Amino acid sequence: MENSRRNFLKIAGYSILGVGAGSMLVGITPKFTTAASEESAPPKYKERPGALTANRWGMVIDTRKINGRINKKMQQVCHKIHNVPDFVGQLGAENHEIKWIWPTKFSHAFVEQDHQFVSDRLKETKIPVLCNHCNNPPCVRACPTQATFKREKDGLVLMDFHRCIGCRFCIAACPFGSRSFNYRDPREAIEELEPNFTPRMKGVVEKCNFCAERLARGEAPACVEVSEGALIFGDLEDPSSDIRKVLAEHNAITRKAELGTYPSVFYII
Amino acid sequence: MLEKALSGSKLYWTLILALLVLIGIGFLFYLRQLEFGLGITGMNRDVTWGFYIAQFTFLVGVAASAVMLVLPYYLHDYKAFGKMTVLGEFLAVSAVLMCLLFIIIDLGQPARLLNVILYPTPHSMLFWDMIVLNGYLFLNIIIGWNVLSAEKEGVPPEKWLKPLIYLSIPFAVSIHTVTAFLYSGLPGRGYWLTAVLAPKFLASAFAAGPAFLILLSFILRKFTSFDVGTKPIQTLAKIVCYATIASLFLFFCEVFVTFYSQLPGHMDHKIYLFLGLDGKGALIPWMWSSLLMLITAAILLLIPPARKNEYVLGLACIFIFFGSWIDKGLGLISGGFIPNPLHEVNEYIPTVPEVLISIGVYAIGFLVLTVLFKTVVGVKEEVRG
Amino acid sequence: MYDKGKIVAGLVIFFIILAFPFWYNLGQSSPAPELELTDKAKQAEKCVEDTALMTREHMQLLHEWRDSVARDGNRIYVSENGDEHVISLSDTCMDCHSNKADFCDRCHNYVSADPYCWDCHTFPEENN
Repeated sequence: MENSRRNFLKIAGYSILGVGAGSMLVGITPKFTTAASEESAPPKYKERPGALTANRWGMVIDTRKINGRINKKMQQVCHKIHNVPDFVGQLGAENHEIKWIWPTKFSHAFVEQDHQFVSDRLKETKIPVLCNHCNNPPCVRACPTQATFKREKDGLVLMDFHRCIGCRFCIAACPFGSRSFNYRDPREAIEELEPNFTPRMKGVVEKCNFCAERLARGEAPACVEVSEGALIFGDLEDPSSDIRKVLAEHNAITRKAELGTYPSVFYII
Repeated sequence: MLEKALSGSKLYWTLILALLVLIGIGFLFYLRQLEFGLGITGMNRDVTWGFYIAQFTFLVGVAASAVMLVLPYYLHDYKAFGKMTVLGEFLAVSAVLMCLLFIIIDLGQPARLLNVILYPTPHSMLFWDMIVLNGYLFLNIIIGWNVLSAEKEGVPPEKWLKPLIYLSIPFAVSIHTVTAFLYSGLPGRGYWLTAVLAPKFLASAFAAGPAFLILLSFILRKFTSFDVGTKPIQTLAKIVCYATIASLFLFFCEVFVTFYSQLPGHMDHKIYLFLGLDGKGALIPWMWSSLLMLITAAILLLIPPARKNEYVLGLACIFIFFGSWIDKGLGLISGGFIPNPLHEVNEYIPTVPEVLISIGVYAIGFLVLTVLFKTVVGVKEEVRG
Repeated sequence: MYDKGKIVAGLVIFFIILAFPFWYNLGQSSPAPELELTDKAKQAEKCVEDTALMTREHMQLLHEWRDSVARDGNRIYVSENGDEHVISLSDTCMDCHSNKADFCDRCHNYVSADPYCWDCHTFPEENN
């Protein structure tokens, strides 16, 4: 009796293990199968024609051309088209603030470059900061589900909101404070829902996406479009691109270069 | 064996009932958190980890401390720990359980938890933390339970347990090391970016965990017939003493490196915690009392007559437990996030719902601990006859 | 066997509780809902892939579409017969299947499936 019960439990245990291992081998989610996908067929997914492409997208911010009006326009258009909730303005909930791009003092944007005798212009002008789309992003290293990832084809650091578990490890890892967490349903503080971009849900992290959705339609990022020439956007790996020409002519700096994250956003000071 | 936990005194059932009430309250507030989001906590855009993750970090240390009994007993055949080892293992079980619960309640999307397994990501430290925490939990359940059953039957533990017991030793070290790596590998967070974070975590864990075990042994002696004896407690007290000194020494090393080098990115966090920054310093009294408690306790435990006096020993253990709790459970996480990467100071104060949910998790841990310890006491009584 | 009576009674109670969903819903079964198509969907005759395949595996296709757009930035789907479709839940799927309540929800409710697509994604106002 004792013996047979033990054997039964053993067999039951092994079969559960077997089923588990088997399903791991087969793959946990079954793949969508069509006849075409079984043979070696032409690719089922491709980019939209007319999409802007690059090997590594980058941005130069010319702080000499920045002013308060442009800063405001850039933040407004960005937050409007991306359905970024305004918890501070609408509900006074400072703790739940979400921002993708925002103006800040030189001493905050460039903490390690700050000193007593910074030029008057830099003391007065606020500088736009946003996700740096680092070439060596620490947030991507930290994410336990690859919900945030660097897109291989063009170097964008993006969020997959469907996959994010909201552990906020990426926020701790980001040395630029570029990420925000949805502490509550963002719809509570979106004045007018923009139909062309999906708002997020509570419990996920979000940040600037370099307007990936606009690039796919063949348009430049919205902040660049309204920047009156203060922002230059282009392919950092194309030596003939505008952005490379600007970088060749000016001595631009990045935020916290000493951390080795290799930001793709450069500043002309 | 578990049936031993089903009969007990009125006091025992009152304790169980009280814990269940706390669990219920915590659960109700957790439902509210699920509904509204983590916005019911005091966390903000800068301090994105708060009370929950801090408790997790502290409890990983409590869990790892079981190794301070297991290692001398099984590797060095230190017989005096024989009666206590299972207590350490069961304390580890309840502590790891709380750790896992604290991680889960801190997630914005807990329903997607399994994404960590569906999309395994070895370059994320959280992935490894999941592996070592679960591994350590199961090791301690299996080891503790089987050793206790063997004791009940009056036979030596089964042979296959030995390799698992040996495995549990590096696992104990790994849970706290990997937990430290969660923080110490992040660029631009000066408070955490130090190679001594993992050693410091281990040292303070080997102080706070055994200190808690000593207190638990006193409680067991007072309320049950189970007395572990003086010798193991005195040995543990020495371990607690030197672990406390080691953790204070590592803290001193950090303070030296930070303030002699004068690197602002490293100094500012400690200045915020101990002196205040930009006129803000909610944690100043906490941090100083923590430091004071740890130093006092270390001195008390160094003096043999003081250590041998069980009232002094108890007080020192309380100091060490709460001193470490403040250090890890309050200061560590807030201090790392303040000032933020743009050098702005936004403070974090936990909210009432947040604390009640945390108390609920602690109550779950203590419920498991109570039931397991009751089983141990029952078995020991039966064996003694 | 010790405590035979208690064990048998316990087992009986256990299985009664286990079978709760069956006896609770006894006599309340409802027929599977029929798919209701909009005129536009009827005219198209075929979705991006064969109807049978879509009925059976639309969730897998939607998962693939989601990963393709969110992760690879590929927004065009080439179906088996070479037709190209823009990947968009709101603009492509809901363009034909604009009757969300009748087309999506009825079946999902019937099988107790609760996809969280609509927690975030918006759909054009229903026009039927």
